[in-house]
Amino acid sequence: MDYSSIFSYMYTEIALIGVIVATLIFDLIAGRRGRRFFQPVACVLMLLFVAGTIVPYHRETTEIFGGMYVYDPAYGIVKSILAIGTLIVFLQADSWLRREDTSFKRGEFYVLTLSTLLGMDFMISAGHFIMFFIGLELASVPMACLVAFDKYRQNSAEAGAKYILSALFSSGLMLYGISFLYGTAGTLYFDDMTARIDGSALQIMAMTFFFAGLGFKLSLVPFHLWTADTYQGAPTAVTSYLSVISKGAAAFTLMVILVKVFAPMTQYWQLMLQIVIILSITVANVFAIRQKNLKRFLAFSSISQAGYIMLAVISGTPYGMTSLIFYVLVYMAANLAAFGVIATVEQNSGGKVEMDDYNGLYGTNPKLALTMTLALFSLAGIPPFAGFFSKFFIFAAAFEKGFHVLVFIALINTVISLYYYLLVVKAMFISKSDSPIAAFRSDSGTRISLALCLAGVLALGIASSVFDGIGMFTFGL
Amino acid sequence: MIRMEYYLIVSTIMMFVGIYGFLTRRNLLAMLISVELILNSVDINFVVFNRFLFPEQLEGFFFSLFAIGISAAETAVAIAIIINIYRNMRNIQVKNLDKMKW
Repeated sequence: MDYSSIFSYMYTEIALIGVIVATLIFDLIAGRRGRRFFQPVACVLMLLFVAGTIVPYHRETTEIFGGMYVYDPAYGIVKSILAIGTLIVFLQADSWLRREDTSFKRGEFYVLTLSTLLGMDFMISAGHFIMFFIGLELASVPMACLVAFDKYRQNSAEAGAKYILSALFSSGLMLYGISFLYGTAGTLYFDDMTARIDGSALQIMAMTFFFAGLGFKLSLVPFHLWTADTYQGAPTAVTSYLSVISKGAAAFTLMVILVKVFAPMTQYWQLMLQIVIILSITVANVFAIRQKNLKRFLAFSSISQAGYIMLAVISGTPYGMTSLIFYVLVYMAANLAAFGVIATVEQNSGGKVEMDDYNGLYGTNPKLALTMTLALFSLAGIPPFAGFFSKFFIFAAAFEKGFHVLVFIALINTVISLYYYLLVVKAMFISKSDSPIAAFRSDSGTRISLALCLAGVLALGIASSVFDGIGMFTFGL
Repeated sequence: MIRMEYYLIVSTIMMFVGIYGFLTRRNLLAMLISVELILNSVDINFVVFNRFLFPEQLEGFFFSLFAIGISAAETAVAIAIIINIYRNMRNIQVKNLDKMKW
């Protein structure tokens, strides 16, 4: 191996490190006046990064650093989707960061967010459990700082404590599982481990512990208790990042590891996933119905969406992986649109996030109400929007492998979820309010990001080339 | 020579004492200490497996080194957040972290 192969295969991570260093230097030299331009600078840097890495350069799977780091075109696609999501979050973040108590540290937000993105990239490309573990922690430790970013607000501090303690506990459980995998298999390389896994009782226990660790990151149901509190307390931009980017990366990594490393134990993890999927979708739906706070409501909605994503994992086929990536892309467009509306309403109305506050929003801010409605329709999976197609593909992927009852339960839950998504729509369009949120004009970054998300919600499902384009890269599963 | 099982018994006890402590302690620092017990039991596991079962490679030793370093970083962030909670509420009891429920 020579050094040129590092640069030609690790280009995403190296370019991202370049972006992080550039952001850090800008934060140092900008001073108080220059920091006002932090958002345009960060967005231009991210845009260059996305433009440079959006299409994978190589078509073959390659290992570098002796198998520690795996390059695969499908991983490249996932990384560029995550980078686009981060760019949209950056576009939405400025109205919050301009506030007086956060404006002096707005550089930290961008650097920390990019660090977590770097961690997720390493986690996706890992070929060894050390790389995987370091990537996971690089993604979750700065995330705890981001959750507690509004440090003078009690909610944010409380959410930060709940997040970091759950993250520590879950990574402890996961490491315990990995230690027994090492003890039974004698290696930590993904490729070597597959050959030495035989499904003994100790390995099943180890896999369960390992799954618990990633389940916390994905907030699947037995491990979901931190989600609602953290989502509610964290700043809205961080919540949207947490609910989409972090979750998408963890779901994809879980699929790669389950399918590649635990291939000899497919029957065990399929059974485990079936239980977890049914619990996630059902419990989250039941709890979402009774939520009054919109951020909390979307937290439960994201738990049930994670359950739907697991339907693609359980299939374990290249088609399932294509539908997983497509689902994450569509979910990103819809969820970031919903959180973008919540964030801009919160900033411009003095912190209103309750569902009753949204009564009569259509009368005062029709465009925002319409954006929110389309995003919620897409999340619920109503036909002309992208959410319908992404749900259809994952259901097809799971159905193809014979999980008929599971798909049927998921379908029933889709109907239930339609009810609570429509509650928000009803509040905005039908419910009357004596003091609706006054009409306001959101800043240009938010408007651009909402337009991008809406374009995604409307076009991604109809433009079939997107799904086929992703499918071209997922052969190497 | 001490047999491998004895080390594993110690590490398993540490692991489950850590889980028990994490679930029952009502002070954020005590919860953090419990999590440290879990992480340390994992380090013992890795080192023991490497020393007794696969002495020809060093993967387990390296993993425990990385795990120690990363858990130190995590603990630093956790303590920073706990200090921030202390500044906001003047104590670190879990029962006061109840502004958000259900």
